[in-house]
Amino acid sequence: MATNKQIIERDSVVVKFVGDSGDGMQLSGTLFSDAAALAGNDIATFPDYPAEIRAPHNTVAGVSGFQVHIGKETRIIGDKCDVLVAMNPASLKANLKWVKIGGTIITDGDAYDDKSLEKAGYATNPLTDNSLSSYRVIAPAITTLAKETALANGLDVKSAARTKNMFCLGMVYYIFDFELETPGCLLDKRFKKKPLMADVNKKVLEAGFNFAETMEEFASRFHISNVQLEKGKYRNITGNIATAWGLLAASERSGRDLFLGSYPITPATEILIELALHKSLGAKVFQAEDEIAGICSAIGASFAGSLACTTTSGPGLSLKSEAIGLAVMTELPLVIVDVQRAGPSTGLPTKSEQSDLNMALFGRNGESPCIVMAAGSPSDCFYAAYNAAKYAMETMTPVILLTDGHTGQGSELFRIPKVADLPAINPPIAKPNDPDYQPYRRDPETLVRQWAIPGTEGLRHRIGGLEKSDGLGLVSTDPINHEKMVDYRQEKINRLAQRIPLQEVTGSVDADTLVISWGGTRGSVYTSVKEVNEAGKKVAHAHFSYIMPLPTNTAEVLSKYKNILVCELNSGQFVNYLRMTHPSFAYKQYNKIQGLPFTVQELVNAINNI
Amino acid sequence: MGYKQMEKSPVPLTHEDFASDQMVKWCPGCGDHAILNAVEKVFPIIGYKKESYVLVSGIGCSSRFPYYVNTYGFHGIHGRANAIATGVRIANPKLSVWIPTGDGDSMAIGGNHFIHIIRRNLDVNIMLFNNKIYGLTKGQYSPTSELGSITKTSPYGTIEHPFKVGELVIGAQGTFFARAIDSNPKFITEVMLEAAKHDGTSVVEILQNCVIFNDGTHDMITNRETKDDMQLVLKHGEKMLFGKELNKGIKQGKNGLEVITIGENGATLDDVLVHDMYNLSPGVHLMLSKMLPPAFPIALGVIRSAVSDTYCELLQNSIDDQKAKSPIKCVDDLLNSGDTWVI
Repeated sequence: MATNKQIIERDSVVVKFVGDSGDGMQLSGTLFSDAAALAGNDIATFPDYPAEIRAPHNTVAGVSGFQVHIGKETRIIGDKCDVLVAMNPASLKANLKWVKIGGTIITDGDAYDDKSLEKAGYATNPLTDNSLSSYRVIAPAITTLAKETALANGLDVKSAARTKNMFCLGMVYYIFDFELETPGCLLDKRFKKKPLMADVNKKVLEAGFNFAETMEEFASRFHISNVQLEKGKYRNITGNIATAWGLLAASERSGRDLFLGSYPITPATEILIELALHKSLGAKVFQAEDEIAGICSAIGASFAGSLACTTTSGPGLSLKSEAIGLAVMTELPLVIVDVQRAGPSTGLPTKSEQSDLNMALFGRNGESPCIVMAAGSPSDCFYAAYNAAKYAMETMTPVILLTDGHTGQGSELFRIPKVADLPAINPPIAKPNDPDYQPYRRDPETLVRQWAIPGTEGLRHRIGGLEKSDGLGLVSTDPINHEKMVDYRQEKINRLAQRIPLQEVTGSVDADTLVISWGGTRGSVYTSVKEVNEAGKKVAHAHFSYIMPLPTNTAEVLSKYKNILVCELNSGQFVNYLRMTHPSFAYKQYNKIQGLPFTVQELVNAINNI
Repeated sequence: MGYKQMEKSPVPLTHEDFASDQMVKWCPGCGDHAILNAVEKVFPIIGYKKESYVLVSGIGCSSRFPYYVNTYGFHGIHGRANAIATGVRIANPKLSVWIPTGDGDSMAIGGNHFIHIIRRNLDVNIMLFNNKIYGLTKGQYSPTSELGSITKTSPYGTIEHPFKVGELVIGAQGTFFARAIDSNPKFITEVMLEAAKHDGTSVVEILQNCVIFNDGTHDMITNRETKDDMQLVLKHGEKMLFGKELNKGIKQGKNGLEVITIGENGATLDDVLVHDMYNLSPGVHLMLSKMLPPAFPIALGVIRSAVSDTYCELLQNSIDDQKAKSPIKCVDDLLNSGDTWVI
């Protein structure tokens, strides 16, 4: 039968799985993206879930989802989906606006009873009232079909109904012509201790696949065009796990034990969870009693010679402000990861934003500069965290690494590096019994002070939050000394600019217009600029990873373009920073503050409207 | 690393090895001077290498302490000494960590860190200088000020019930609590040596006199006239006797502890409790720590020293266990673990 089907060739396809929290949408999404990756596709994924753990069933508030973008160069998770798998009316209602016109909707026909329709807020049944006529809707009795297979294979009645997600996944596998072996292995792993569950899930998956094959509605299947990725060994990775691994790699490469002092907070918690797993690598993970203890314990560990880190999100960064100032004053290395979420206050905890930049740059008492960096994508979190640790230690300065909920929880392919190939890290550790040792003696070139680690012979000294005298590091209230030390702390960071990479420009380098992005919007801006260039308009793109200090060629880059458009998910914090640091250029800005990523379409429009 | 495993100094040290060259800027007559003296004396007795000592403090008069001792020292921010010290000790369990702190620093702004470091039984030594007043900010009431205290911020008397340090320590599952008075430096040294020997969080409350803002607050306990009747010096294994003639004692009564005078109302020496500081059950320790003059003498010395697993010990066991069990031995192993594929 399959031979009659029409094949649709595509560069990439977006699939979204949505249902009640607890319907197994994250599992379905993961099994799908892993299979796509194994089939040689590039992938990007993002989980979309409510702040509540189990919101009321069948309501729009309780909808949880997982979006997967597969194909060639999937730098973003995709604006709208080609295929929506919706387990109930509520999830259909919440996500219909994200389905492309003409897209495919697979939904469970069994779920559209009067009560569920009412709970979802439908006055009439969308499957029968013709409101979905612009889409290809496939709504078989999925629960019934899945249950039949599961019961026939020995599962109990209660568990049987819960296999419906596998039935749907089977149908999706059919649409993309994926091998069933891959999820089989993954299910074996997932249900290692419950072989019956693994077996039944595989059977239901297969049943879904076979069922789709017999359905006339599946008149066409997708075929993804050849994907050409750089040769190498790959894995799928989320931004938060990549951040954790980057820190571990920096610890190993620098020979400094890793210490993490953190308090759980959405959407940064996964970094804490991941590092807690890796005691075999010597990581010391301390779940503190609060955010302040998280950073203060890290400062203590840094004083004692560890690569010390703390991870948090916006409200937590607010609480850490005073302690960051202490790390600035004591000139100790510290990595502070802020997985930004929409604020202020508790804000939208599970939604993403780039609105903590001002706080990272300026949010402390006194003249209190930190190094500020940002990660561009999930896999880039690995390198960003590694470099944050490198520069923190080499500069003896706290580094704030900004990622965001979207980047932290989204995933993409990661080409696996070798630790030995990563850049060397050389912390300025003071030598035992150095007769010339002074706590605030600085390297004349970099202005970095030495790290004299407690326990070392002949280096006993005292540091703290009070201003210190130049060199000797004694408590000092001398006015001239204070000004000098303030200058040193800033100049030390300014001089780091000489050691970070130059700002790159991509797209049409000789264009009139430069589009600027920073942090987690790299993928959407890159894709939009590419699309605009493909449509014939010339546009260049500069994506900033280093914010304090900015690359040394920033002014040179900015000077080449007539129009500069800065796109960011806040009300204009980076553009204002550029206006402050590079006032001789005119900037335009495009901002969005909805807790959502940019869509390619809106960016393309913004660029075209310049 | 416990007291017995710590590396000892290859040469004998004296208090001069720990005297710093910095001018001590506490007020003349402040109780802190005596405590500083006691610390400089006890470090050589404890006998670790001089580079192994780390003093970590927060903010307040007490927290200037690290500047005046020649060890590794860290002067932190208000209330966070216990949190900073936690990181120091976890990062390097070969360090002997001492925390000079006050009733503002650890009972108020840093109260949360205080109870949690104790709950974790992290191996540090906390010296809590209790003068029942805020000194460095010039005389506001503290969480240990007596109800009704007249201070700058309580001109008509405080309306807050004070914390009792020992009660808080034992409530947080503390394994070591001792009490000393600034006017007896020799006794402080003895108590601190016991604190050092204890593996786990030790808290030594030092009743300290602020000559400027709360002079005489411990007067009833310290003045010559009343001190014998108001001080119960505890010694492990010995009867809880006090008074000039050592004829008064503490008895376990029906409703808690009672003061008895031997020979009066049929009380005999046999009625007097014997101090067992190692008792795991905190009941008597709690009652002892709560005794307040004038109805009771104040209990001094080591009130509680219970053996329990320490945080760093458990952490190291867990790391060793994972190092033995886990197939992931380096970051390259980690990067290549799980599902990967070659393109």
